[in-house]
Amino acid sequence: MNWLTNFIRPGLRSLVGEQKEVPDNLWQKCPSCENMLFHSELKAAHSVCYHCGHHLKIGVMERLALLFDDGKYEKFPLPNVPADPLKFKDKKKYADRMRDSQNKTKEKDALVIAKGTIGGQDAVVAAFNFDFMGGSMGTAVGEGIVRAAEKAVKHKAALIIIPASGGARMQEGALSLMQMPRTTIAVNMVKAENLPYIVLLTNPTTGGVSASFAMLGDIHLAEPGTTIGFAGRRVIEETVREKLPEDFQTAEYLVDHGMVDAVVARKDQNAEIGKILTLLMDTSQEYVREEKPRKNGKNGNGGKGKKQKGDKKSSNVTRLSIKKGKQKKAKTRTQPEQEQQEQQPKRKSASG
Amino acid sequence: MSQLDFEKPILELESKISELRNVEGDSKVNIAEEITRMQNKVERLLNQTYSKLSPAQKVQVARHQNRPHYVDYVERMIDDYTPLAGDRNFAEDYALPGGLGRFRGQSVVIMGQERGHDTESRLHHNFGMARPEGYRKAQRLMKMADHFQIPIVTLVDTAGAYPGMGAEERGQAEAIAKSIETCLNVGVPIISIILGEGGSGGAIAIATADRVYMLEHSIYSVISPEGCASILWRSADHANEAAAALKLTAQDLYQHKIIDGIIKEPIGGAHRGKKETIDLVANQIEKALKELSPWTPEKIKKERAEKYLAIGRA
Repeated sequence: MNWLTNFIRPGLRSLVGEQKEVPDNLWQKCPSCENMLFHSELKAAHSVCYHCGHHLKIGVMERLALLFDDGKYEKFPLPNVPADPLKFKDKKKYADRMRDSQNKTKEKDALVIAKGTIGGQDAVVAAFNFDFMGGSMGTAVGEGIVRAAEKAVKHKAALIIIPASGGARMQEGALSLMQMPRTTIAVNMVKAENLPYIVLLTNPTTGGVSASFAMLGDIHLAEPGTTIGFAGRRVIEETVREKLPEDFQTAEYLVDHGMVDAVVARKDQNAEIGKILTLLMDTSQEYVREEKPRKNGKNGNGGKGKKQKGDKKSSNVTRLSIKKGKQKKAKTRTQPEQEQQEQQPKRKSASG
Repeated sequence: MSQLDFEKPILELESKISELRNVEGDSKVNIAEEITRMQNKVERLLNQTYSKLSPAQKVQVARHQNRPHYVDYVERMIDDYTPLAGDRNFAEDYALPGGLGRFRGQSVVIMGQERGHDTESRLHHNFGMARPEGYRKAQRLMKMADHFQIPIVTLVDTAGAYPGMGAEERGQAEAIAKSIETCLNVGVPIISIILGEGGSGGAIAIATADRVYMLEHSIYSVISPEGCASILWRSADHANEAAAALKLTAQDLYQHKIIDGIIKEPIGGAHRGKKETIDLVANQIEKALKELSPWTPEKIKKERAEKYLAIGRA
């Protein structure tokens, strides 16, 4: 490889006579605008087409690095569950498919659990790995979501789930179906503690995954162009026997139909989720909420000393929405509140 | 569809019996003997056949059009049935009827999918495939049951939630998800019976229950065998293999501790004894309600969550 292979498109290569020396995977075509994308530039753009903004698939570890503050997080192992409970076999044994996916991804199953901060707020993230059997949800994934929810509750952190899944894993039959109530129980544990549960929908989110925890978030965000729906496009076309609109079941379509709050580009996800978490979890406001769900001790300094760009602005916004009304005892100030105020004398005087 | 291929020898015998009955008038006593003999044989064959149905055959039986449906159950086991319509948001969904009624003296909220019994009623009920408004009505009725502390009975019989454009536009996934969540959050007992076909998300949306029972020849699956075959075998022709691989029979689900019990069907399947089947189902519901009625709302919710969390954990 030399400077020539970096800058010359594959079509031109034959003219230059370079073809044989160039590995196939250096260039790829954007599935949306069909412009050629060079691997290093695509990687630098986090797999977003630098011609048209189309979001291509991104590896789950790269996604986590992008989402957490400074790319720093702690990864947790998936809980152990019985393997291949049905001894399922189609053209190939499920046990073999599992082994292949495990070898390919170096992961135990299609979910990665990690903890870190986003916008300075503690967050537990459960992200699907589409490279592992299409991100399908079986017992291990369901159990992983339960584990992630328990971690969020334990650490008084927000829970962020990032589905990228065709749905339930057929090879575990009705046990996969049972992950729909099981994951619903999981996210309800987080909700019961008044901790934020945010879903970041990524391509694709369909079937049993969309029809359970993925549609139960306090807030639903989605990556541009993500396919989100219950039934598959082809099944629907066969049922209704008509052509469906081009943007049917896209993230943008779901915003229009009231199912998703906002479409957020990949590069903005850390900032956007960080902002939302800060608005929801920031305890530095004069309106004191119930003690139970708040972080003890360390909460006061929302950004852990790390100044966030939007900090000032966001606290103004929260002050305006103080009359939300879900707070019951608004009289007493908690210890952390006082600490916070000592750190921010300006706010103290403002709140009188 | 009304005839099951593996029942052919039985059906042939039965038609011979009815032929013999017609000639009985002008013949002697030995014909009556012959009929009894043949009837015994029919019974023996039914017993044999139905005691070892393959998973694929169970799929056929579960979908049999003469099996008792939601309306049959309501008619036979519910007094003062008061159908309630609409999700208070968009529409009524005739695929998922529901209402108030009295079950053996106890007020209940009852709901379930209805497939219809002829072309007209099948179209009216959309073949038992509910849209979002059906699942939103289910939520409404469950919350009402919770409010008035009335137990809930759900009867599941669906190929799945309706895969239509309008259904997607109005949030089929969200409606099912919320329905599951509502099932988990109500503080009154929920008893769920899989009558015929328990089709994936469309079934679990109303079958996340304290007690789930399946009729002996019903099925409950994450995907239809045809759908599974077309994805994994790349051809729906392999549906029989898929039916076996998916472990979708009542016996399989009981073995994997996903359901709480199996309700025996009359010899030769529910389609040969509607009333008997309905009574057996009603007995099971009564038993379950008796067991759960002393539980406090907190205990009900806690036990329900723990039950589901335990599924699949070794």
